[in-house]
Amino acid sequence: MAETSVTSVVRKKVHKHQTKARRVSMGIFFLLVAVFIWFVFIRGADPGALTTYVMTPGGSSALMDNWVFPTASTLSILAGICAVAGAYQLIRGFQDLTNGVLAVVSVIFVFSFLSWASSEGSINLAGLLRVTVVRAAPLTLGAMAGILCERSGTVNIAIEGMMLISAFASTVVASLTNIWIGMVSGIMIGGLVAYVHGVLTIKYKVDHTISGTVINIFATGITSFLSSKFLQKTAYQYLNEPGMFPQINVPFLSKIPFIGPIFFSHNMYVYAMFILVAILTVALFSTRWGLRLRSVGEHPKAADTLGINVIKTRYMGVILGGMMAGFAGTYFTLGSSGRFDELLTAGRGYISLAAMIFGNYHPVGAMGAGLLFGFFDSLSAKAAILKVPVPSDFLGMMPYLATIVVLAGVVGRSQGPAASGKAYDKESL
Amino acid sequence: MEKQTQNKKKQNAVGIFFEELSKSTGLVTFLAILTGIILSGLLVAVTTVEVYDAFSVSFWDGIKEIFKAAWATYSSLFIGAFGDPTKIITAFQGGDGLAIRRAINPFFESLVQATPYIFAGLSVALGFRVGLFNIGAEGQLFMGAMTGVFAGYAITGLPAYIHIPVALLAGALGGALWGFVPGFLKAKTGAHEVIITIMMNYIAFKLTDFLINGPMQDPNEYTPKTPWIQESAHLTRFFGDPIRFHLGFFVALGVAFLIYWLLFKTTWGFELRTVGSNPSGARYAGINTTKSTIIAMSLAGSLAGLAGANEVLGLNFRMVPSFSSGYGFDSIALALLGKTHPFGVVLSALLFGFLRNGSRQMQLKSGVPIDIVSILQALILAFIAAPAIIRTIYRLKKPDIEEESIRVSGWGGK
Amino acid sequence: MASLLELKGITKRFPGVLANDRIDLTLEKGEIHALLGENGAGKTTLMNILYGLYSPDEGEIFVNGQKVTINGPTDAIRAGIGMVHQHFMLIPVFTVTENIMLGEEDVKMAGFLDRKKAAEKIKKISDTYKLNVNPNSYVKDLPVGTQQRVEIIKILFREAEILIMDEPSAVLTPQEVDELFKIMRILVDQGKSIIFITHKLREVMECADRITVIRGGKVVGSTTPQEADTKKLAAMMVGREVELKVKKTKAKPGNTALHVENLRVLNAQEQFAVDGVSFEVREGEVLGIAGVQGNGQTELVRALAGLLPPTEGKIEILGKETTKEKPRFISELGSAHIPEDRQKDGLILAFPVSENLVLNSYFHKPFAKGIRLQFNEIAENGKKLVDNFDIRTPSINTPVRNLSGGNQQKVIVAREFSRPIKLLIASQPTRGLDVGSIEYIHERLMKKREEGCAILLISTELDEVIQLSDRIAVMYRGKILDIVNAEDSSKEMLGLLMAGIKPSEEMKQKAKKEEQIILT
Repeated sequence: MAETSVTSVVRKKVHKHQTKARRVSMGIFFLLVAVFIWFVFIRGADPGALTTYVMTPGGSSALMDNWVFPTASTLSILAGICAVAGAYQLIRGFQDLTNGVLAVVSVIFVFSFLSWASSEGSINLAGLLRVTVVRAAPLTLGAMAGILCERSGTVNIAIEGMMLISAFASTVVASLTNIWIGMVSGIMIGGLVAYVHGVLTIKYKVDHTISGTVINIFATGITSFLSSKFLQKTAYQYLNEPGMFPQINVPFLSKIPFIGPIFFSHNMYVYAMFILVAILTVALFSTRWGLRLRSVGEHPKAADTLGINVIKTRYMGVILGGMMAGFAGTYFTLGSSGRFDELLTAGRGYISLAAMIFGNYHPVGAMGAGLLFGFFDSLSAKAAILKVPVPSDFLGMMPYLATIVVLAGVVGRSQGPAASGKAYDKESL
Repeated sequence: MEKQTQNKKKQNAVGIFFEELSKSTGLVTFLAILTGIILSGLLVAVTTVEVYDAFSVSFWDGIKEIFKAAWATYSSLFIGAFGDPTKIITAFQGGDGLAIRRAINPFFESLVQATPYIFAGLSVALGFRVGLFNIGAEGQLFMGAMTGVFAGYAITGLPAYIHIPVALLAGALGGALWGFVPGFLKAKTGAHEVIITIMMNYIAFKLTDFLINGPMQDPNEYTPKTPWIQESAHLTRFFGDPIRFHLGFFVALGVAFLIYWLLFKTTWGFELRTVGSNPSGARYAGINTTKSTIIAMSLAGSLAGLAGANEVLGLNFRMVPSFSSGYGFDSIALALLGKTHPFGVVLSALLFGFLRNGSRQMQLKSGVPIDIVSILQALILAFIAAPAIIRTIYRLKKPDIEEESIRVSGWGGK
Repeated sequence: MASLLELKGITKRFPGVLANDRIDLTLEKGEIHALLGENGAGKTTLMNILYGLYSPDEGEIFVNGQKVTINGPTDAIRAGIGMVHQHFMLIPVFTVTENIMLGEEDVKMAGFLDRKKAAEKIKKISDTYKLNVNPNSYVKDLPVGTQQRVEIIKILFREAEILIMDEPSAVLTPQEVDELFKIMRILVDQGKSIIFITHKLREVMECADRITVIRGGKVVGSTTPQEADTKKLAAMMVGREVELKVKKTKAKPGNTALHVENLRVLNAQEQFAVDGVSFEVREGEVLGIAGVQGNGQTELVRALAGLLPPTEGKIEILGKETTKEKPRFISELGSAHIPEDRQKDGLILAFPVSENLVLNSYFHKPFAKGIRLQFNEIAENGKKLVDNFDIRTPSINTPVRNLSGGNQQKVIVAREFSRPIKLLIASQPTRGLDVGSIEYIHERLMKKREEGCAILLISTELDEVIQLSDRIAVMYRGKILDIVNAEDSSKEMLGLLMAGIKPSEEMKQKAKKEEQIILT
């Protein structure tokens, strides 16, 4: 009730105070990485071993020579860099650059891991990165769905459920008609499910997390129910043959060695990801529509007092988000496996949410986070090929572990839209 | 000795139980369940091919077929859950032990199916009470099953009355660890427990896969399974075959009462509920919110772990890769249905147990996939969470006092 | 000639309360009309109806003699009505321009925002009315006074003729209030008309052309500053004779109860909200901390309560060092705390009154034996306290959220006062309360002072601080600028301090000679 005004007094001199604890813990982390690389990766590899990174993905005609280098010496240099960074961080601290240095050290760590894992063999780096981009698509699209919902004030943990229902619906419709109509039906049904979520949260003021969970449970139930009843039976097999979107090579660009196959030789979902990220960014931050949408998620009362229809805007946001989630859902069948299997989304909807938070609720950030998680996803998929003395199950855990680490380390600092998740009550002022 | 004190506790509990029950908004709950059942029945009818065939003959044939499908579904559900009344009577008249046991088995089997629901439901409910959404009950259940089965087969030479508690405790500890992690992360970093626990679930599945296929695999078997647990770790069964009704049910009831007592009669429970209702106010009152959150989540994890241990020690006596349950996820609906109160949870758990047991029979007899139960749960849950929908449909009046709705915290916030 | 604005017979009911009861009100062109009433009288509800945020159950609104239906803010804006709310309707993460243009955006083709054009318009308005606002700043970086001026520009941007201002002075220093009144005069000279809502008698006398008093949802009367005086207005507001001065005995300070030395505390934005603060409070005296909201008072109090660890400095309570201690240790020492945000920090709204009354003592005997709660004792205690402190509640088991603001505050006071305490930290103890509750709380505080308790009072209501304190400290940007004796200070002097200006010797002498300011 006793609400104070918006902010405190402005300060001319800003006492920026990076807490000692954080500086020290980061410094120790960098040093630990250096030590780890030294003792595990370098010691574990033969001194004369070579790492071979194949720079041409399988089946591509954009050829590039393999990148070969001696494992031990290269890794020593990298370990050295980390050690220097760690020492500097402990003594002086990178202040504002700390997060950047953390990113670099993390990349070095992953690179060292890969080099060690494939020493005396080879690993298709280009293929790995190409699959990263592919895996990033549903995650980024899902994250953008989350952004549309959250930015307009609705917490949506039902992205998983929306994806699942859309995957099922689009498969069946595509099997009966064609792939484009199937995709559109997936988008539509995503919007419909989001409408239900909207009604529950906006009209009936149900807690957003509970409403989302209800939808997820319902989605799991109904898709598995209908799948068991029909799709798994041979009599109805024709309902589970939707076809797939073909790969489209961007002319000229896809021929560039290394870069080409990674970014420009995909089916339409990857291209859609890039295009939608651009469109959403512009729409959210440079148009009247975007300003109003964001205002409703930040401070609905303020928007209301200026004549903006908060309820309608919230519905619009959540339905558009649902449609985006529906589009993402069609990827799993029409863009990836070509058939519907129960629970084929395997938690990607939840990982999308982590990507959204990690990307700070911004479409470009979401894509960055999507690529990160996509990388872990593709790494775990290639696990069997890597001759690594780590059981495949553990590698399979990687996307999930990465999500936890990201959320624990980042979320404390990430600020979402201020009024997201709170029901809007007109009569309370 | 243990059973006597349990019985005494239960007598007091019954009195309290009815008192608490009378305070709740029972009518809406009942109607929510009823409406859910009706809608699910419609869904079954709509997806039954015979119904369409019948409609093509005549409208009334179609309607008759709808009722036939619904009746077939729900009657097989009922028989599966309680037993066939005619068979029971015949068996008792005949006097043959085996026949009697076969006839009354469905009822007891439902209680068996309800037992892990009681544990897991308490787990989720406890989470809600401290303001957290414990979707990780499933993963915690798996971990409890692993640690419980390990204690069951690895420890030898103990008499049953020691081995059983030890094995159950091991299960509780396994689950507690899996609850501790999200509790700790939430309290210290603000990481939202919904995503963390879901991730922990996937990690638990992969971990148990790994263990069953590897270090915990029974060397004498060709397919991946853990070894059989020791005889001394078996949860005692009360009747002969085929009735599987075992000690676990009473342990669950005892635990439910214990949680009730802890939550509502102790200072510790008071602190926990305060943190769940208003963390700022709790902090001002001097309550250590971090400690409360972590302890509550660990305890919640241990309850789900007991659910897993209960399955392994009481039913399967070993663990296999296809050890799937879905108990953890179902318990979310269950906890909300029971208004996150231990006694409500017990009642809801019994309902879900009967549904689950009955639905297996239903799938056999009428070919309706058991997923219908998930759909039913989701519907019931939606109606409970938004009571206004039920009130609108049935034209009920709003209650005088505002209902306490369940709120869960948002991302990144403490 | 028809009035510019006329409200006829406005009635509004909420569950359990008649907020507006057939209210009539007129506004003439070019006048400043004050709507005076205590907290909860119905003033804000009436204005919300005028602005379209609520719809009236009965009644009509006329603008320039024509009947208008206002179903929402859009209709109000179209009718030329604009409102500056008590709690600002600004989005912190947007710029000034974005906040102002929201809903009336200047757009280029295809819906793309034209921020430049809007910024130009804003600059023009800012210059015309001397409002001094930079269109490109982010609202979260602006001081409170500037934010209020952004709200004013927001209205002018939409060419409002009728401006409603809801408790505009609540967050300003006395000097900023004077500046605000100057701006209001400029607006009125340029042809605008203003309704302003307040519960502060002094302001009304100073700047209003006409005054309408509202009490309990009804209009009690209309008058002008020439015809009325503060005493008469206060009586109209409350319905009875009001004792405007608080009776206070001479201070007899004892031992030091609270000792703060060089305290520095970081806020959430990692800036020093408390920047080197030192003071002492002794038993039997009241030290009041005056200052506009946002100068570090909140963080200071949290540090004293053990909720926010200081980066530097020392805190000693009743002889023991408590700098890094937890809240429970501090309260067990005998220190009590009335928090600023009573619903968020002071109470558990869903819990019954009886449990809220033992919120920081439930673990003691007799309320608990070991970990088992003793419900009989808790109930007995509840009944006793409800009686002693005159808490209006249906029963001790009623959830505390059903109580009125004043009674909720009484629950907190009852809880803290029923423990043996030697130090009381009271933060905004009467914010948002009706006059009756305010009087009650002031009485209780003075009684505690007489009993030898040390009291640290933090309040943005300068009058309250002057009335109740023996000594006054003024906080500005994290520092205490000065600590003066209450009798040696004047409102003018304190106002300057609150704005960061140290008063001259001349002014200090002047203050000593003048009489004590009456509660106006």
